Amino acid sequence: MQTIELQKVASQVRRDILRQVHGCQSGHPGGSLGCTDLLVELYFNSMTLKTDASGKVVFQMDGLNEDVFFLSNGHISPLLYSVLARRGYFPVAELASFRKLNTRLQGHPTPHEHLEGIRIASGSLGQGLSVAIGVAQAKKLNGDSSIVYCLMGDGEQNEGQVWEAAMYAPHHQVNNLIAFIDENGQQIDGPTEKVMNNLDLEAKYKAFGWQVLRVDGNDMASITAIIAEAKQLLNNNKPVMVIMKTEMGAGVDFMMHSHKWHGVAPNDEQLATALGQLEETLGDY
Amino acid sequence: MALFTYETKKDTRSGFGAGMEYLSLHNPKVVALCADLIGSLKLEAFIKNSPERFFQTGIAEANMIGLAAGLSIGGYIPYATTFANFGTGRVYDQIRQSVAYSGKNVKIACSHAGLTLGEDGATHQILEDIGLMKMLPGMVVINPCDYNQTKAATIAVAEYEGPVYLRFGRPVVPVFTPENQTFEIGKAVHLIEGSDVSIFATGHLVWEAIIAAEMLQEKGISAEVINIHTIKPLDTKAIHASVAKTGCLVSAEEHQINGGLGDSIAQYLALNLPTPQEFVGVNDSFGESGKPADLMEKYGLNAQAIVEKSIKAIARKKVN
Repeated sequence: MQTIELQKVASQVRRDILRQVHGCQSGHPGGSLGCTDLLVELYFNSMTLKTDASGKVVFQMDGLNEDVFFLSNGHISPLLYSVLARRGYFPVAELASFRKLNTRLQGHPTPHEHLEGIRIASGSLGQGLSVAIGVAQAKKLNGDSSIVYCLMGDGEQNEGQVWEAAMYAPHHQVNNLIAFIDENGQQIDGPTEKVMNNLDLEAKYKAFGWQVLRVDGNDMASITAIIAEAKQLLNNNKPVMVIMKTEMGAGVDFMMHSHKWHGVAPNDEQLATALGQLEETLGDY
Repeated sequence: MALFTYETKKDTRSGFGAGMEYLSLHNPKVVALCADLIGSLKLEAFIKNSPERFFQTGIAEANMIGLAAGLSIGGYIPYATTFANFGTGRVYDQIRQSVAYSGKNVKIACSHAGLTLGEDGATHQILEDIGLMKMLPGMVVINPCDYNQTKAATIAVAEYEGPVYLRFGRPVVPVFTPENQTFEIGKAVHLIEGSDVSIFATGHLVWEAIIAAEMLQEKGISAEVINIHTIKPLDTKAIHASVAKTGCLVSAEEHQINGGLGDSIAQYLALNLPTPQEFVGVNDSFGESGKPADLMEKYGLNAQAIVEKSIKAIARKKVN
C-alpha cells in the first residue's frame, strides 16, 4: 500500500481510538495515537498475513507461515483493536463495545474472549518480548521463515523481564524477530528521564547483542523504509530493535506534548475538536 | 502387616526425567526449557535425544515462562522447568497473564518442592506453590507420589491441552506404584480400603499415609488411604464416597495447610458433606535447613503425625 493510502487508514484508526475511549470514558488514547502509524504500516503493508482465496484475512492462533505481531504494552489496546477490525479480523462495529460489560474488547487485550487477532494477554508490562521470542523460536522449529514483530513502551523498559529477554534473543540467534520501542519519553508519573531514566537505549541493546535502528515513528514513509532495512539486517543472524521516536497523542494538537492524555478519555467537546482534526476516510463505525 | 511393599527408592524428579526421555522419543511436539538447572531436573536424556527441542534460558525464570507461552502459540508443548520456588512464586504474574489467562498449553514442571529439599533451607523450600497454582482459573495441579507415578504423569500431561503445574521433589522415596501405569488426571487412586478414617494424601506424604495405616491397623483402627495426585481438578466423587463411609478424614501434604489439598477438600465437604477433618501440613511457618527426614518430623509431616491426627479425627466423630 502507498504511503498516502496508509496515512488515510491511520486517520481513520485515530478516529476509532478516540471514539472507543470516549464511548466508555476510559482507556489510553495518548500512546495509542502515538503508535498508530507503526501498527497501520505493519498490518496494511509490511506484514504478510494469512488470507483466504478472496484476500480476506484469516486468523489462526499458531500464526504458521504468516508474520505475527505482539503488543507488549497492552494498554494501547484501542489502537490494536481498531487496526485488527479495519484489517478485517472482526466487525468494525464491535469497536463500540470497547471496555464494556461482556465485550471481547477487554481493557487490555486477551485471547480469553476469543477475539480474532489476539494471541496473548498483555497489560502487565514486560512480558511481550519473551512471548514474541518464544513464537519466533517455534517458527524456526517449524521451518517457517516468516517474521515476528513486537512493540514495547519506553516506560516498560523499567521491567526486569525485558532485559532477561533482551539477553536471551541474541544468545539464541533469534534472527526472525523485529522489535520496536515506543520512545515517547513519557510514563504515568512523568517524563521517563525523571521517573526512571532509560539513558541510552541504543547503547544498551547493542551491548546485549542486538542490531539497533532508529526511526521517526510518526512518519509513515520512514517506518516503511526502516522495516525493509530491519528485514535485511536479520540476515546477520541477530534480532533487530527499532527505537521509534513518537509523540503521544499524535494527530490531535491538544493531546500532544504532554503525558496528560496517557489514560484520560476526552469529553464530548474535546472529542468533537479532536475528530475535526482527523479526516473520516473509511467511515466511522 | 505390611500393606504395601517396595524394592527400590528413587527421587520423583528422576521419574520426571524418565518421562521427558520418553517424550523426547515419542512426542515431537514436546519442548523443554530450563533455567540453569538441567542436572537437578534430570533433563540430560531429553537434551541428548532432542537438543533442538531444548531451550536453556539461563537464570531468568520470568523470561522462561513468556518463552514457553510463545512456543505454545507456535504449536509446541513446552515444559518450563526449574525449582518449584522459582517456577511458581517468583513468576506468579507471568504464569497468571501469559499462561493461565491466555489459556496456553504450558506445563510448569518443578522439582525441589516442599521441605524435603533439605539443607538449602526456607529460601528454596516453597510450601505455598499448590495454593498459588490452584487459585489460577483453569490451572491443573498435580503432585505425584513416587518415581513411577511422576514418570506417568509427565507423559500424560502432554496429552492434556491446557496449563498444568506438575510438582515433584528431590528426596529418594519408596517406589511402590506400578511401573508403566496409566495416569489419569483428576482421578484419585484407592490404595487401602478402610472403614474408620479416610486419609487423603498427596506427593511424598502418600507413602507416609501407607505407613500410618499400618500403624493404625496395629491399634485396631481401619484406615482408608487414597492418593490424591491431582489437587485440581479434585476427585470430589472419590472423596465423597470415602468420607460417607468412614465419617472422618485426615488430609496430608508437604505444603502449607493454608491453600493446600486439605483446604480444597474442606471447601468441598463444607458445602456437601460436613465432616470432622484434621490437617497434616505446615502450619503457617517457613521451613529451615536440615536433613529431609528430620524436617518432616519437626514440622509434623510424617506417618506418626498422620496417626495422631487420625485418632483425633475419629474422636471428634464420636463426639459428634
